[in-house]
Amino acid sequence: MAVRVKTTDPIWWGLFSAGGTLAAFLLPVHVIVTGVGIAFGWVSPQVLAYQRITALLENPLLQIYLFLLISLPLFHWAHRFRFVLMDLGLRSLKTPVAVLCYGVAMVGTLLAALLLFF
Amino acid sequence: MSTIKITVTRYNPETSSEPFTQSYTIPYKEDMVVLDALNYIKNHVDGTLTHRWSCRMGVCGSCGMMVNGDAKLTCATFLRDYYPGEVQVDPLAHFPVIRDLVIDMSDFMDKLLEIKPWIIRSEEKPLEEGEYLQSPDELNLYKQFSMCINCMICYSACPVYGHDQSFLGPAAIALAHRYNMDSRDEGQDQRAEIIGSHEGIWECTFVGECTRVCPEHVDPAAAIQRSKVQLTKEYFLSWMWPWGN
Ligand code: FES
Repeated sequence: MAVRVKTTDPIWWGLFSAGGTLAAFLLPVHVIVTGVGIAFGWVSPQVLAYQRITALLENPLLQIYLFLLISLPLFHWAHRFRFVLMDLGLRSLKTPVAVLCYGVAMVGTLLAALLLFF
Repeated sequence: MSTIKITVTRYNPETSSEPFTQSYTIPYKEDMVVLDALNYIKNHVDGTLTHRWSCRMGVCGSCGMMVNGDAKLTCATFLRDYYPGEVQVDPLAHFPVIRDLVIDMSDFMDKLLEIKPWIIRSEEKPLEEGEYLQSPDELNLYKQFSMCINCMICYSACPVYGHDQSFLGPAAIALAHRYNMDSRDEGQDQRAEIIGSHEGIWECTFVGECTRVCPEHVDPAAAIQRSKVQLTKEYFLSWMWPWGN
C-alpha cells in the first residue's frame, strides 16, 4: 500500500484515539470496582489483597492488559493537553509543548513497562 | 410603527484605518430577516453600506455574517428572534475584511481548489458506454456532504482556524470527503496528500462547532473524524504491510 500520509500525525492521533477508547470504556470499570465498590462495600477488599494481586500479575495477559490500560490513556491525555495548550495561546511553542506532552506519556509508558515486565 | 436598532461594524480602508460601528433605527416587520434590514439601510438610509448577498433564500452562501456574535446566513435569520432587542452585525470572523461586511474569501477559495472538488477518473469511459451508475446506497454515503454551499460559516465558527489559518478547515475537508466517498470517483490518492498533511485533518481538535452552525446541516466534524480514522488505519497498515496493494 502506497504511503499517502507523510507526517507522523497518524501515530499520535492513533494513540490518542486508542487511549480515548480505553479511557471511556475500561477506566470507569476500574474506578468503580477499586475506587467506589470497595469503599461502599459492594466489592470485598480481599479482591485487592496484595498477595492476590502479585499472584495475578504473574499472568502475561494481565501484564499486557495493564500495560495498555496505563500507557494508551497517557497518550490520550498528552495529545489532548497539547492541543489545550495550543488553544490557550502557546502556538509559538509548538515543538517544546509536543515534546513535553508526549515525553511525559513516554516516561509513564516506560515506567509501566519496567514495573510490569521486569 | 415598530422600529428596531441595527448596529453594523463598518470599515473603509480608503477613509480610515480602523473599523467603527454605526447604528441605524429602521422600521421593523415580523417577517424581516437580517438581510432585509441591511438592504433597507442600503436602499433608504445609507447607500455607502457594503454587504454581499445574492439569492435571498439560503442557496448561494454569500450572505454569511456574524449576528450578535454568531455566524449566520443573514437571509435565513429572522429579526423577530432578537426583537425587541438590538441586532449587531459584523463581518464573518477569522477572515480579512475588504470593506464593511465584505470579507476576503481567497484563502477559502484556494483551499477549495486544492482538494479538487470534482469527480476524478484515472480513465474516462467512452461516451457510448453510457453513464456511471450509482445505487441509492452509494449516493447516501456522501449526499449530506454535497449540500455545502461554501458560505464559510463553519470557518468563522472554528476556533482552530481562528488560531491558525494554515488549517485546511471544515468545509474543504467535508467536500474532499464528499468526493472521496463517491463511488464514481478515483481521486482519493490525490486528495489524501492534502487532507492527510499536517495542516489537513490532524489539527482539528473536534470542537464540533462547524457541525452546529452549518445552515445546510452538513456534518463536517464527522467528515474530519472519518478521514482521520481511515488515514490512520491506512498509515499503520502501510507499515505492517509495506508490500501490500
Ligand atoms: S443570500 Fe444567498 S444564502 Fe443568503
